[in-house]
Amino acid sequence: MEFHSFLIKYSEIAVKGKNRHLFEDKLVERMREALARLEGDFRVRKASGRIYVDCAGIFDQQDVIEALQKVFGIVWICPLVKLADLGFEDLKARVIEYLKECYGEKQLTFKVLSRRTRKNYPLTSDEICPLMGEAILEAMPNLKVNVHDPDFFVNIEIRDENINLYSILIPGPGGMPVGVGGKGMLLLSGGIDSPVAGWMISKRGLELEAVYFHAPPYTSERAKRKVEDLAELVSRYSGPIRLHIVNFTEIQLYIYETCPHDELTIIMRRLMMRIAERIAKENGCSCLITGESIGQVASQTVQSLTVTNAAVESLPVFRPVIGFDKQEIIEVAKKIETFETSILPYEDCCTIFVAKHPVTKPLLKVIEASERKLAGVDAMVEKALETREVVVIGGQK
Amino acid sequence: MEIYLDNSATTPVLPSVKEAMSQMFDMEYGNPSSMHLKGVAAEEKVLEAAKKIAATLGAKEKEILFTSGGTEGNNLAIIGAARAKMRAGKHIITTSIEHASVHNVMEHLEAYGWEVTYLPVDHQGRVAPEDVLDALRPDTVLVSVMMVNNEIGAREPVEEIGRALKDVAPQVLFHVDAIQGYGKYRIRPGRCGIDLMTVSGHKIHGPKGVGFLYIRDKVKIDPILFGGGQQNGLRSGTLNTPGIVGLGLAAEEICRDLEVHTEQMYRLKERLTEGLKALDGVTVNGPAPREGAPQIVSASFEGLRSEVLLHALEEEQIYVSAGSACGSAHPEDNRTLYAIGLRGEKLVSTLRFSLSIYTTEEEIDRTLEVLRAKLPLLRRFVRR
Repeated sequence: MEFHSFLIKYSEIAVKGKNRHLFEDKLVERMREALARLEGDFRVRKASGRIYVDCAGIFDQQDVIEALQKVFGIVWICPLVKLADLGFEDLKARVIEYLKECYGEKQLTFKVLSRRTRKNYPLTSDEICPLMGEAILEAMPNLKVNVHDPDFFVNIEIRDENINLYSILIPGPGGMPVGVGGKGMLLLSGGIDSPVAGWMISKRGLELEAVYFHAPPYTSERAKRKVEDLAELVSRYSGPIRLHIVNFTEIQLYIYETCPHDELTIIMRRLMMRIAERIAKENGCSCLITGESIGQVASQTVQSLTVTNAAVESLPVFRPVIGFDKQEIIEVAKKIETFETSILPYEDCCTIFVAKHPVTKPLLKVIEASERKLAGVDAMVEKALETREVVVIGGQK
Repeated sequence: MEIYLDNSATTPVLPSVKEAMSQMFDMEYGNPSSMHLKGVAAEEKVLEAAKKIAATLGAKEKEILFTSGGTEGNNLAIIGAARAKMRAGKHIITTSIEHASVHNVMEHLEAYGWEVTYLPVDHQGRVAPEDVLDALRPDTVLVSVMMVNNEIGAREPVEEIGRALKDVAPQVLFHVDAIQGYGKYRIRPGRCGIDLMTVSGHKIHGPKGVGFLYIRDKVKIDPILFGGGQQNGLRSGTLNTPGIVGLGLAAEEICRDLEVHTEQMYRLKERLTEGLKALDGVTVNGPAPREGAPQIVSASFEGLRSEVLLHALEEEQIYVSAGSACGSAHPEDNRTLYAIGLRGEKLVSTLRFSLSIYTTEEEIDRTLEVLRAKLPLLRRFVRR
């Protein structure tokens, strides 16, 4: 079926009281950005508590739906049929014709819903529903009415300019429009978890920046490119991501030579947090985001997380996959299409910086004592910050 | 200064080759299969290239079949021979150190009912001709042995094997993967019992995406590509005329001064080998310099992951290749290194340096100097 209009439903943001128009405006903005990348002419407009998308020119309907399915804040995408008002009898015929096209001979239950903004229409909403229901039952014996839990709704909206009809609901991603929640700094590695974490937080309305620590020659140029690719995949949802690429080799070698090897990972992660927080604050990010999940590896036990967390001065650290099993994270990664890239084998090829038996229950005092031996690390952190490379990923047509 | 020591992966194109190809794109863009003059002109260029190549082999031009490169050449030779000889038998003999474009074809055939014998090699990577003869069975239809191993430069005794096969089992076809050997050694396949021989253009300073398969006159193999019937139906597909012209010229030029080039490479190989041996904790793998191919040096660096060293050299614009993928010591990652007896640490700490006619003494010295400086630094950070 061909549609030229879509009605966009956004239940969660509708309840945000006085901020409602801010949310709606942001959602419209994000939808326009998403559609601007496609071929075709698109109009996104707000009208009496609804957002509509009108499509013109040469466009691919599936592309439009897929683009909208990546705009956080959208709950349902409803393909819309616009009818001229040629009387109720004509309306009945058009509705039945449309339902036959949608559902054919399938045994299903339905319920008619109607709304009337044009108050001079000869029938009230309460009169339209039973009359329309009756006509549908008569024409389509495979359908039954169920007013409590129907398989589908038949929505009829009598408006000033035309009558809107819709029944199919395509799920959107949910969440809130990117930008309403400010900005977060994602610690992005080449793994499976961090892109998922970034996606989840962005879904709550946050723009993203990201930081990646690379360690040439111990990690390769291809590993770095993989991280850029992952950022690009996440940016299809979150919008453009500023990626800060920090050279971590000097610091890593220094820790390696100075500190006990079973504490390498934890000290390294604390320094990564410190650097990430600095970059976050310099760039107006109000939180850090990591892909940590309890117990997944030695550095992610509750004790390790506590010690890592203590390296952060003041920003909250969000760990949206904290309670997920690996398999649950993988499911999301597959859904957002980062999985295939995440499992490319470039990352962490060189395991020399991972101790064979890292501490699993580190004590902050002990770790801090080890860190006091790193007298020169402050200068190295400054240098790493200064020499970082910044690239903007995604967002281009 | 950029130092390219990965010439067994690919080589830069000769300027004359680039020029000749450019001419083809500009002027002789016709399809050699076309009936008109534009097609005939292109066909002549292809014939000329075939003649040039045939001349380097003491062969006839009709014995040269153009392909898209080494992988296709090996696939066509092996699958084509196996299918053509199906009724005579389904046993094939090869070595355990062949390139993936031979080895994986063998595994494919095994899945379809062929039996394959993989012969071992000695610590220098050489297969013994007696082993080949001992492995012969009444149903053996094909023997495939590479001329030069791509990982360690071992030179296989293909001439000896070929002659012996023609004596004791003339019905068996003999294929040689000469991708790393052609242009480094003079070879006359017709005189030493080689029926099929694969060559790739971009390993001899020719273009990528083109190569040839030598098929001895009267030897019949089945095609693996079907279509318009080009090249006597054995390899359908419009001829890659610019590539073929480039390949022909590269073959001619490289073979013209072959001894001069290889002598220069041998001297540099010796210099590099001596320099590497003088470094702490470095072992050079494979045969003695002049017993192997002139362009390949394989070395293991104790206590280091090859990939780390590769990227460390890359920082100085020195490009080499890693013997085995880092992180895993799986024997399948590098069959050759495993077959010559490398295990564990040595398997994952191996680099391949490969030279070309453009390699200079300064480049070798600079590479050794960088290694001398970097090895102790990198070794400070070894997993304990």
